[in-house]
Parts: sequence; structure tokens; C-alpha cells
Amino acid sequence: MSIFRFFNKQTSAPTARERLQVLLAHERASVGHSDLVALLREEILAVIAKHVQVDGDKVSVKMDRGENVSTLEVDIEIPLKAVRAA
Amino acid sequence: MAKVIVVTSGKGGVGKTTSTAALGAALAQRNEKTVVVDFDVGLRNLDLVMGAERRVVYDLVNVIQGDAKLPQALIRDKRLDTLFLLPASQTRDKDALTPEGVERVMAELKKHFDWVICDSPAGIERGATLAMRHADIAVIVTNPEVSSVRDSDRIIGLLDSKTERAERGDRVEKHLLLTRYDAARAERGDMLKVDDVLEILSIPLIGIVPESTDVLRASNIGAPVTLADSRSAPALAYLDAARRLTGETVPMTIPGEKRGLFGKIFGRRAA
Repeated sequence: MSIFRFFNKQTSAPTARERLQVLLAHERASVGHSDLVALLREEILAVIAKHVQVDGDKVSVKMDRGENVSTLEVDIEIPLKAVRAA
Repeated sequence: MAKVIVVTSGKGGVGKTTSTAALGAALAQRNEKTVVVDFDVGLRNLDLVMGAERRVVYDLVNVIQGDAKLPQALIRDKRLDTLFLLPASQTRDKDALTPEGVERVMAELKKHFDWVICDSPAGIERGATLAMRHADIAVIVTNPEVSSVRDSDRIIGLLDSKTERAERGDRVEKHLLLTRYDAARAERGDMLKVDDVLEILSIPLIGIVPESTDVLRASNIGAPVTLADSRSAPALAYLDAARRLTGETVPMTIPGEKRGLFGKIFGRRAA
């Protein structure tokens, strides 16, 4: 059993190291001024809310903070009647 | 000229109090007049680890509020007459610490001691920021584990912005103390290695304290690790770290790493 473990098991320390490096790169960047991705999220939602009545439950925001590139995905369902009302 | 050290980490349970007691005793063993100050108001434990819990009469808050004079509150260690303890209050909370009061006490301690070692509470609130406020040197206690490393990074940021030195454009000297290190697990790839942590935090290393049963044994009997058994592996690590604090150059050894082939084979299997 220990022989199989020895050959098969992925070591966990490199994963820990990578996760920390990405996380801390973002946390260090956001010290002092607010996090850019979070700021974009707030402002984008505010702009949309100005024109369309947005149902909070129909908004899906996903963020992925990567090593070199972060992505912000804003998915909003805009019903036809909300557009007419606005 | 007195040096003020803060022993800090952000995260709780990584070994701040153990390290404060061990480094304090190690410096005092070298005939340097040393005081260890507990800033963990409401959750004091340095008295217990130092074995002085039954001798606490006055505390830091009493001195800050003028209910006691500093010499009345200082407890002299029974084993080393160069070592003193200023305990925290157990019945108050951290709001009892005022910036002015802490400043006054620190200034007075600096007149009487070579080293003032402040044991910071966990967290980044008032107690922790006041403990680091007047530091010349920071010892950042970190375990080779993701949450501890992240919190240490946060604390390093605070040391660079919220301390008295930082505010006047100066720098706090920062040192990493890696505790609870298990060289065998790091070698197997299941624990962050010394170099991983150093690369991520990029501050100089002051010592590597191995995971050891000697640490619990020392706190059980109420003795700093360096006094409980000065030849144990963690004691040697703390004694070397204390020498580095005084400016000596001591080669860094990774405890438990120098094993022969025999040890490597059986060390792996045992785990």
C-alpha cells in the first residue's frame, strides 16, 4: 500500500505554493486602493441598473483571479418588459 | 540603546507566545536585560508559559491607567535574574489599551532594558497594532501552511504602514521565524519548504524551529523552551535565532534534515 502511495500520490506542497503566490499577488495589489476587479464589478452593475431594472437573483457574477490574467464574467438576464419600463 | 521586538503573526496558534518566551529567555541567558510584554489583554498566556501565573499582581492595563507603577507590575523570573515579565490583564479587553498609555510604558521600559519583546495577540485589531506600534524589529512567526503564510503577508503589510517607524519614513527590521517545521514532510512534498515560504514572503529568515514534543513539555512545566531543556532541537533553534538578533552571524541549519540513508528510509516509512 505504501509503495503505491509512494509512486502515485501527487504531492500537495507545490499546489499550496502556487495558490499562495496567486492569492498574495492579488491581495498585495489591492492594499491601499480597492481591488480593480471588484470595482469593475460594482460599476458595471451600477451602469446596468441605471437602464434596466435588474432582479438581484438573475445576476450572476463570476471572478477568476489568475496568475497573469483575471476574468470578470457578468451574466444578467434582461427581461423584455424591464427594458420597456426603463 | 534598547531594542523593541514585536513577535507577531496575524494567525493564532502558530507559536507567538512560545517564541516570545523562548527568545526572551535566550537573550536573558546571554546576560542581556530583557522584558517580555504580553499584549494579549483578556487572553493572557505568556505568564503561564513563563511559569509566573501565580505571581501576577499588577498588569499592563494597571500601569497604563496609573493604578500601579511599572516596577510593581514587573515580575522577575525565578531562574534568570535578567529576565522580566509584564503580564497582560485577564479581566479587561483590548480597548483598555490606549496609544498614549502604551507609548508611555514602552518609553519607560526602554530606559531600563536592553530588549523589550512584545507578544502580540492574534488578529489585526487594536491589540496587535499597538503591540507592533513601537517596534524596531519584528519577528514574524509563520507555520509552513497556507493560512499562516497568507496572514503573515498581511501582517508584513501592516508593519510597513501602521508602525511608528513606518509613519516617520523609517523601516521596521523584519525577520521570519518558521515554526512547527517538519523537514521529513517537506522533503516528501507534503509541506511547504523553507525556500517556498521565503520566496513568497521575501523577508530574511531568523530561525527554523522544528515541530517537537519538547515545546508542549516546556509549556506544561511553565518554562521557556530554551530553559526547559537547552539541548533540545527547538531550544537550539531559538538560541541560534537569539544570537542572530544580537547581530551575530550563525549558519542556518534545517533541523531534522541531516539524516543518513538509514534515517531517510525509515523516516519515510514511519510516516
